[in-house]
Amino acid sequence: MHDRTLTEISQALDAGEISSRELTQDLLGRIDRLDGTLNSFVSVTADQALEAAEAADQARARGEAGRLTGVPLALKDIFCTQGVKTSCGSKMLDNFVAPYDATVVEKLKAAGTVSLGKTNMDEFAMGSSNESSFYGPVKNPWDLDAVPGGSSGGSAAAVAAGLVPAALGTDTGGSIRQPAAFCGITGLKPTYGRVSRYGMIAYASSLDQGGPMARSAEDCAHLLNVIAGHDVRDSTSVARGVPDYTEELSAPLSGLKIGLPKEYFGDGLDAGVNQAIGEAIKVYESLGASVREVSLPHTAYAIPAYYVIAPAEASSNLSRYDGVRFGHRCDNPEDLIDLYKRSRAEGFGEEVKRRILIGTHTLSEGFFDAYYKKAQQVRRLIRQDFLDAFEEVDVLMGPAAPTPAFDLGAQKDPVSMYLQDIYTIAVNLAGIPGISVPAGFAGKRPVGLQILGTHFAETRLLNVAHQFQQATDWHLKRPEMTEENS
Amino acid sequence: MQWETVIGLEVHVQLATRSKIFSGSSTAFGAEPNTQANAVDLGLPGVLPVLNEQAVAMALKFGLGIHAEIPEVSVFDRKNYFYADLPKGYQTSQMYHPIVGAGEVEICLEDGENKIIRVHHAHLEEDAGKSLHEDFHGMTGIDLNRAGTPLLEIVSEPDMRSAKEAAAYLKAIHSIVTYLGISDGNMAEGSMRCDVNVSVRPKGQQEFGTRAEIKNVNSFRFVERAIAYEVERQIELIEDGGKVVQETRLYDPEADETRSMRTKEEANDYRYFPCPDLLPVVLDCAYVDHLRESLPELPAEKRARFQSELGLSAYDAGVLSASREMAEYFEQVKDICGDAKQAANWVQGELSGALNRDGLDISDSPVSAEQLGGLVKRVIDSTINGKAAKQVFQALWNGEGDSADAIIEAKGLKQVTDTGAIEAMVDQVISDSPAQVAQYRDAEPDKRGKMIGYFVGQVMKASRGTANPQQVNALLKEKLDALC
Repeated sequence: MHDRTLTEISQALDAGEISSRELTQDLLGRIDRLDGTLNSFVSVTADQALEAAEAADQARARGEAGRLTGVPLALKDIFCTQGVKTSCGSKMLDNFVAPYDATVVEKLKAAGTVSLGKTNMDEFAMGSSNESSFYGPVKNPWDLDAVPGGSSGGSAAAVAAGLVPAALGTDTGGSIRQPAAFCGITGLKPTYGRVSRYGMIAYASSLDQGGPMARSAEDCAHLLNVIAGHDVRDSTSVARGVPDYTEELSAPLSGLKIGLPKEYFGDGLDAGVNQAIGEAIKVYESLGASVREVSLPHTAYAIPAYYVIAPAEASSNLSRYDGVRFGHRCDNPEDLIDLYKRSRAEGFGEEVKRRILIGTHTLSEGFFDAYYKKAQQVRRLIRQDFLDAFEEVDVLMGPAAPTPAFDLGAQKDPVSMYLQDIYTIAVNLAGIPGISVPAGFAGKRPVGLQILGTHFAETRLLNVAHQFQQATDWHLKRPEMTEENS
Repeated sequence: MQWETVIGLEVHVQLATRSKIFSGSSTAFGAEPNTQANAVDLGLPGVLPVLNEQAVAMALKFGLGIHAEIPEVSVFDRKNYFYADLPKGYQTSQMYHPIVGAGEVEICLEDGENKIIRVHHAHLEEDAGKSLHEDFHGMTGIDLNRAGTPLLEIVSEPDMRSAKEAAAYLKAIHSIVTYLGISDGNMAEGSMRCDVNVSVRPKGQQEFGTRAEIKNVNSFRFVERAIAYEVERQIELIEDGGKVVQETRLYDPEADETRSMRTKEEANDYRYFPCPDLLPVVLDCAYVDHLRESLPELPAEKRARFQSELGLSAYDAGVLSASREMAEYFEQVKDICGDAKQAANWVQGELSGALNRDGLDISDSPVSAEQLGGLVKRVIDSTINGKAAKQVFQALWNGEGDSADAIIEAKGLKQVTDTGAIEAMVDQVISDSPAQVAQYRDAEPDKRGKMIGYFVGQVMKASRGTANPQQVNALLKEKLDALC
């Protein structure tokens, strides 16, 4: 059962093949046996999970089961969960038990899903390898020497390893799509404003977006049906109806116009990745799509613009971690300044400190116009690039990352790590949706095909991804995560 | 050297919304510490602000009330600094695109002249919590009840030239916000606080001198005193060959002095940037028009109308329009009695005197506007004389009757105007006072006017105050002169 898709599990529960309680117990056992190696969970909430599974089984017995009732999943440890530690991968919040549920957590609970726990992540979602977590790196189930990607590395690894059929991640510069690609699963970053950010610990507020990570586009569609929608508690969530994202999954792709941004196939692209993406494009052509090259001329400025805007927002968002009301507090502070200095010095890791410093600097008097304002101007140009491209084509395709998963410890300097997000970051700056789907392998490590659409084109993206998964079986491949070799 | 003082004010007005500017917590004053602080106010991880529409409407009412430009779009910015009672490590404010643009406030000076003080802009922001330094054994307690309370910061141009003008401006702002019902204006509870920018320059000089900012001056009186102290300090400093440094100072009302808090070099870099959690506020014309139509008549307009339509003096018009309650009371008295000047005299005279004596606000007056109007009406139609009117007022004040008419009736205070009755009393007093009559007769004719007072008093006493004094006077003069 652990290698099935969420959609299949939902059907099995409906058919009475297995109860939610049995399934939950199975998966908890599997986490117990395998996660010592993977380190994909920060907290496993077995008791709450079994209770929720029990309740789901009873609901089903009463004939009150919805599509996701009794389906187990995991939540990135960035989503506040009432009564459960919500650490955001940081020592700073190692002692923080959230007193409330994030909106998406509420929605998933209401839909009857069963959360097995909270997944590991880069500290405060800052990273592309899951190596910046206070709880240690996560390993890639396909190759234990490789990183799972980040920042939603725990969610990606847990799904890939069959510990859960699906998980929630967040994506600020690629943090759903890149780990999905590295771990051979399907991950969707919705349009900015599609999913409520309330209760999702902020990294860069104008870029952060939660989304599903699962085994198939269809799974993602079911999850998006539950988590999408306007939230009065999040002013940036968009008041716009939520369609049934599964409705158009089977629509044929004949006539689909695919654009390949030439900037996404340039220097630095791994040959194996390039080849896998090329094969995937051929599959689309065989499905009746037409392909043309397009240009996103400001792509080169996306990473610099992002590393001004995101740290600027982060430097402000992370000011609340001051040791006064919650989170880490240093021992025996001498005075207020000492309390701030030591609590923050001890509570934050290196990458978080680096970004706070960058952001504090770029917002400073005398630098604001040159950095922050300029970056916002660049951001508008990047958005316009995409809007222009979508005048010509329906979707854009390219690699989700320039290389397959790299080795743990391989990226030594921060800038080379930042360059990992070269194909994903512009999407957040533009606010458009993107999905990464498994598209083969480079060596033994998975390759992800990224598909981008215009704002609120999730239905289209899921349809395009699903049709690929009907024509290929890359998404059905599972790592050899046998319990014996762990 | 002749010095000129230049003053600009930043007035923080706490808006009278029921809930906070970005959360649903109550804003009521005086609750147990931290009982009115929810997850949003505490700045817990993951929470987001949602703008309170009432706060926007109140800010706009102020803008419309001072005839300010109302920009179509305003934006919230984050002002970043660390302080223990600032939960998020930033204050959500408006730096670059405030909700209210340039406007004007008219102030009334002591000489009765009016002066226009320009308002640069007014912006919305959230208040911080409170640090409590006592009762915690050397530690500091934090109360976040106030955190997130909506404030409207009203920033004036440096248009004031004296401490008195600054106090008059502060009073004008107080009167506008209370008229509009957007703040309770309670300075003791901190509903209005004020930062004062003060500089001096040689009279005639164009450029401004270096200014000092005095923080948190919280009463009309302290504003005047803080400025007076600061002006003197700056002039002395310059005349002694020193230089004023740009700095933030704190006024200590007990020592009656200002003290340096921090200099410009020590000032925070607040790193303002647009708050990504809040959308820009985009105003609909119809919404603003609707608010404009709902505005009450404001003090400056009232003052002008009281002078032009009702013929009141500038002073009377100013006093009677200073608060909305006072103006409404006065207008009601005026409508009932039909005479604005009489109404003004009574409200400012007898009523204000009694209120001051008992330390009451006009809204707590034991004599209602209806009752006072009914009383003044009886004075005007000569039903009672002035002396009896004071008795009636006192009786109303003491709650001895529901209306002036009832008291006049019960106490038999109706003025006697019947000539026959008055004549009988006059004759009686003259025949009872042979000694005084003799003195009157022997006096020089030009001294007799004064001496008649005794007889008037006796007649009034005999009538228990109800005789018409003019009639009494005339009759006495006629009869006494006939005896000479």
